[in-house]
Amino acid sequence: MPSKPGQSQELTTAHELISKEASNVKTRNVVFFVAFKLISVLKIGYLLIVVVNLHLILYKTHAMGLIASFGKYLLFIADVFRKPERRSVMYKLVVKEVYELGFKSVLFVVFVSLFVGAVVTLQTAANMEGSWMPRYLIGYATRDAILLEFSPTIISLLLAGKIGSNIASSLGTMRVTEQIDALEVMGVNPVTYLVRPKIFALMFFNPLLICMSMFGGVIGGWISGTLSGECTSAEFISGIQYDFVPFKAVYAIIKTILFAFIIASVSSFHGFFTKGGALEVGRSSTRAVVFSSVFIIVSNYILTQLLLN
Amino acid sequence: MIEIKNIVKAFATKEVLKEVSFTFEQGKTNLVIGQSGSGKTVLLKCLLGLHEPESGFINFDGLDIVGKSNKNLKGLRKQIGMVFQGGALFDSMNVEQNVLYPLQMFSKLSKEEMLQRVNFCLKRVNLENVNHLFPSEISGGMKKRVAIARAIVLNPKYLFCDEPNSGLDPYTATLIDNLLQEITHEYGMTTVINTHDMNSVMEIGEKILFIKEGRNVWEGTKADIITSENQHLQGFVFSSELFKTIKRKS
Repeated sequence: MPSKPGQSQELTTAHELISKEASNVKTRNVVFFVAFKLISVLKIGYLLIVVVNLHLILYKTHAMGLIASFGKYLLFIADVFRKPERRSVMYKLVVKEVYELGFKSVLFVVFVSLFVGAVVTLQTAANMEGSWMPRYLIGYATRDAILLEFSPTIISLLLAGKIGSNIASSLGTMRVTEQIDALEVMGVNPVTYLVRPKIFALMFFNPLLICMSMFGGVIGGWISGTLSGECTSAEFISGIQYDFVPFKAVYAIIKTILFAFIIASVSSFHGFFTKGGALEVGRSSTRAVVFSSVFIIVSNYILTQLLLN
Repeated sequence: MIEIKNIVKAFATKEVLKEVSFTFEQGKTNLVIGQSGSGKTVLLKCLLGLHEPESGFINFDGLDIVGKSNKNLKGLRKQIGMVFQGGALFDSMNVEQNVLYPLQMFSKLSKEEMLQRVNFCLKRVNLENVNHLFPSEISGGMKKRVAIARAIVLNPKYLFCDEPNSGLDPYTATLIDNLLQEITHEYGMTTVINTHDMNSVMEIGEKILFIKEGRNVWEGTKADIITSENQHLQGFVFSSELFKTIKRKS
């Protein structure tokens, strides 16, 4: 039956509206999908950074030199686990390092985590704007981003900068001012005495720091989500409880312990073998941060493959 | 007594010590003198076991240390005190903790006994009421004295000093020199001092080894220096106008 001219115009408008809405939904879904897969994309980013860094390292230094350095690092680590001269002194040193390296980083870690959690929530909410997805997914996405990647990896990278440079520069200064030689002459194994407490302290305290970071991040997300009106408190809390797999927390803690070992051992290695003067101490400090970061990123990829896939 | 024989030490292809032989006597201040870069510090580090010589032997009262591992040298190291050029005090510890440290690591004394010993050693080097100051809060001369107190706190048999009065004013330098000599005589230690300070040589040089370009060029006492005809030694010792005048007058 032929349609009336007015009716045909109405149908065309309705058809256009439907197509426009469909296109909008499609765009929103794509944006949401991209945001939701941020973690996977980060992994590819990490790989790229690793490749670029390895290329630069290989370009600048001789491959044999790297292998020799790695061998030296392994011997250094073996020395760390030698029997200490006095166990009672060792316990005191571990407690001291927990305070110096760990406890003094609490405020920094919590502060960064609060704000990053807040930003992750706001970005996730912005990507979900007007979509059919339930609002509790904001809490869900924030929790997973914080738990899986931000707290264990990104905070460890930040700590590699803060703690790693501290360790390398303090050991480097001790080396150039002959304090390490003084220990050796006294018959004290300087690696056991100076490095072991740092490694033990970080491996013990970093998981606690990362747990604080996780709580900080989620609380930051909850505050920003509810204050901005993107979701209600109940929706956010429901989201962070939704589909929670405890192994994800275990995975994050395993990563953190390994990263703590990397930060403490690699930074100590670079600081301990400093040669020269003040300038070299600065260079050791830089090398410590670069190498710790590279090792963290590579091991993050390997661990993720092993534990999650 | 420490005996060294034909010590050769090289870094890559550069030979720093060339067959150096000498006997450092017990109860005397043994001085190793020579220009900067002549190999004094390398020789001292070989004696301390921080560097491994290419050849030769180093004998501490019958114990040959060349080729021995750190583990085997542990017993000997407890009998060694060392005063580094810059003091090498631990920055994170105060004066008392610095001197206390070797006792905490190696002695079985009670805490009170350890503190008594620390205070005794600090008093011996003329330092009192500085126990709670940190190395950054004391002068260069005080740092050297704290380093000496730390070096003698375990009653060592051997005392090594690497340029103990470098960077100090003449008065404080003489105080340090005299203190080292007094301690050496008092405890009957074998003291080895690296220096290129001629005041120290003339003040406390009971036995002197002169090294030039890694070779043992001359040995004797401070009295022998004046009468020696060794051209290298004369050129080194009497390089300043003051000492030339002293020599002329003597």
